[in-house]
Amino acid sequence: MSAPILSATDLRRHFEVKSGLFGGTNTVRALDGASFELVPGRTLAVVGESGCGKSTLANLVTMIDTPTSGTFTIDGQDIQPGDELKDKVLRAKVQIVFQNPYGSLNPRQTIGKILMEPLLLNRPEISAEERERRAREMVELVGLRPEHFNRYPHMFSGGQRQRIAVARALMLEPEILVLDEPVSALDLSIQSQVLNLLTDLQDKFNLAYLFISHDLSVVRHFADDVIVMYLGKPVEQGAKDEVFENPRHPYTKALLSATPMADPARRQERIKLEGELPSPLNVPVGCAFNPRCWKATEECRNKRPDMSDGSHRFACFHPENGDN
Amino acid sequence: MSLLEIKNLTVEFRTANGPFRAVDSVDMTVTAGELVAIVGESGSGKSVSMLAMMGLLPWTANITADKMEFDGKDLLRMSPKERRKIIGKDVSMIFQEPMSSLNPCYTVGFQIKEVLRQHTDLTRAERQARAVELMEQVGIPDPAKRLNVFPHQLSGGMSQRVMIAMALACKPKLLIADEPTTALDVTIQAQILDLLIDLQKTEGMALILITHDMGVVAETVERVNVQYAGQRVEQQEVNALFSNPHHPYTAALLAALPERATGRHLPTIPGVVPGQFDRPQGCLFSPRCEFADDHCRTKPPVAAGPELGKALCHRPLQQGVPQDQKEVSA
Ligand SMILES: Nc1ncnc2c1ncn2[C@@H]1O[C@H](COP(=O)(O)OP(=O)(O)OP(=O)(O)O)[C@@H](O)[C@H]1O
Ligand SMILES: Nc1ncnc2c1ncn2[C@@H]1O[C@H](COP(=O)(O)OP(=O)(O)O)[C@@H](O)[C@H]1O
Ligand code: SF4
Ligand code: SF4
Ligand SMILES: [Mg+2]
Ligand SMILES: [Mg+2]
Repeated sequence: MSAPILSATDLRRHFEVKSGLFGGTNTVRALDGASFELVPGRTLAVVGESGCGKSTLANLVTMIDTPTSGTFTIDGQDIQPGDELKDKVLRAKVQIVFQNPYGSLNPRQTIGKILMEPLLLNRPEISAEERERRAREMVELVGLRPEHFNRYPHMFSGGQRQRIAVARALMLEPEILVLDEPVSALDLSIQSQVLNLLTDLQDKFNLAYLFISHDLSVVRHFADDVIVMYLGKPVEQGAKDEVFENPRHPYTKALLSATPMADPARRQERIKLEGELPSPLNVPVGCAFNPRCWKATEECRNKRPDMSDGSHRFACFHPENGDN
Repeated sequence: MSLLEIKNLTVEFRTANGPFRAVDSVDMTVTAGELVAIVGESGSGKSVSMLAMMGLLPWTANITADKMEFDGKDLLRMSPKERRKIIGKDVSMIFQEPMSSLNPCYTVGFQIKEVLRQHTDLTRAERQARAVELMEQVGIPDPAKRLNVFPHQLSGGMSQRVMIAMALACKPKLLIADEPTTALDVTIQAQILDLLIDLQKTEGMALILITHDMGVVAETVERVNVQYAGQRVEQQEVNALFSNPHHPYTAALLAALPERATGRHLPTIPGVVPGQFDRPQGCLFSPRCEFADDHCRTKPPVAAGPELGKALCHRPLQQGVPQDQKEVSA
């Protein structure tokens, strides 16, 4: 395995929000301590339910937002909280593809313009001719046709628009691609086309992927490593096979069991999680999962479990398949 | 006797660009107490076919059918007033976005009691009692108190429970759930699906579950209708559908599921669903079908027999192998 292109240590992003009538403030711990590495040619998936901090994490990695605390390095360069990220070269190394293939493309620009724009802004030294050559090459690379170059986004299907978004993200030759729910809005028959494209591009350019998804079937197929998050905190992380085959955190186990499998022969008794996701403004004391956990004890209600060590890590006092 | 029987239902919308056929000769039967799924990709006409049955489409929709009967009553020849007596009472529907179906200006309790006021002869006090009972039945904690909250004070899962409570208010014989869990997180989705199936069993009502999620289909239903581009292309019992799909579209769709992947690449279906202007002449799936021949490209197929899942195909599959039907459909 090659050396990581990005290493993050204890990344946090807190937001102050107004609460109540008296001008008090409250802290939303949107992301509360994530450590991980991104490795060229590998895919790290971040899974968890809505509001658990997946997009917050993506925004930090892409430097759209800066962490409240914690550090990360990209290609050996330190990025500190509050750093003004003016370094275009460093920024260009990380690109993002969003979920919504409809909203993320400028409707008034042709595909060609959309693809050439990042070069125009970031690499003014590249000639207009060369810009167009690279854009046309990219159109082909993502499986679109040459004549698509002069068309507008509304003329494309959802899957094609997602190809365009991927093409745009690749124009600056990034080393890291953040994929925030890239296939969630697509139909099944189109989803597999886009996933295959992402696989091929990863192989071709040795890209490191940060893959955000709530769909565990897609993650199981696509990822190498997985982080499971709950209310802003990673609760389990490790190699995909370890996490899926031998989940240690009760939440991971419940999430896996709640995911419907497209195989009627394997119809299983689901683990029934009681209750709702608590509000991130009101994270339970102790282990954040304790109000919904069937194994919770006094200890869980009072103390926060730390992340264990090793390659397959989890934060739980009474892990599954453990000695208790 | 079947509770719902639809034969040859077609819905065409008048649009600025000419007519658009959203539902194309669909048949559907549901018996009392049964659980049926309609599965298909977005735009395949799942919602429109059910809205047509309920009389909830705008005037731009032109609806035709050979037969449309609910509980022995002819929906085609019924006055709108008569139909309103049935819809919302004996047939009710819940939608994907619970938030947008609840009125933000009224409390949850008011909205449930309003349904009861319209469709039953219960007194005020009885309506209150029934509302509490319904909230309890759908698993809302502290039901009497929760009747006083407004929709925006509820989470997605809780508002879907309220929608279900409203849909159950008049003990319907048929509940249509249109993507009821698509907007919800998986652990909440599991709760809502369990609730719906539980109610279908205990209340003895029939349930039509509309979904695009093959996982949900596999885990919840007994009989499945597969729709493609406005047509019903196959109908089978759920186990058989997954183990031996008869229509090439169903087979290709199942093969593309990530959980069935064997290698780094997933099998794909080339191309896209036809739109308003590129509807093929023969079989609608022919531009994407690996078994298509000239016959498929020129002649629309007719449905095969029930032993072949009523597959709308000239060459329905048997264990993945096409069985020529040309003689039958010629
Ligand atoms: N700018 C902000 N101000 C206040 N709270 C915020 C802000 N951005 C995010 N949050 C909160 O932080 C939490 C994590 O948000 P985030 O968008 O990362 O969730 P997510 O995991 O991407 O969810 P989803 O699956 O719905 O996309 C949420 O509770 C969200 O409401
Ligand atoms: N009021 C309308 N006017 C014109 N076209 C419509 C209207 N409602 C739905 N359609 C079209 O009919 C087709 C089927 O829609 P629908 O039944 O909602 O699909 P789904 O299978 O996703 O539920 C779609 O192409 C949709 O755009
Ligand atoms: S620490 Fe306790 S409450 Fe938290 S997941 Fe583990 S057993 Fe459950
Ligand atoms: S009729 Fe022909 S093209 Fe259509 S699904 Fe059957 S084999 Fe494929
Ligand atoms: Mg998000
Ligand atoms: Mg629909």
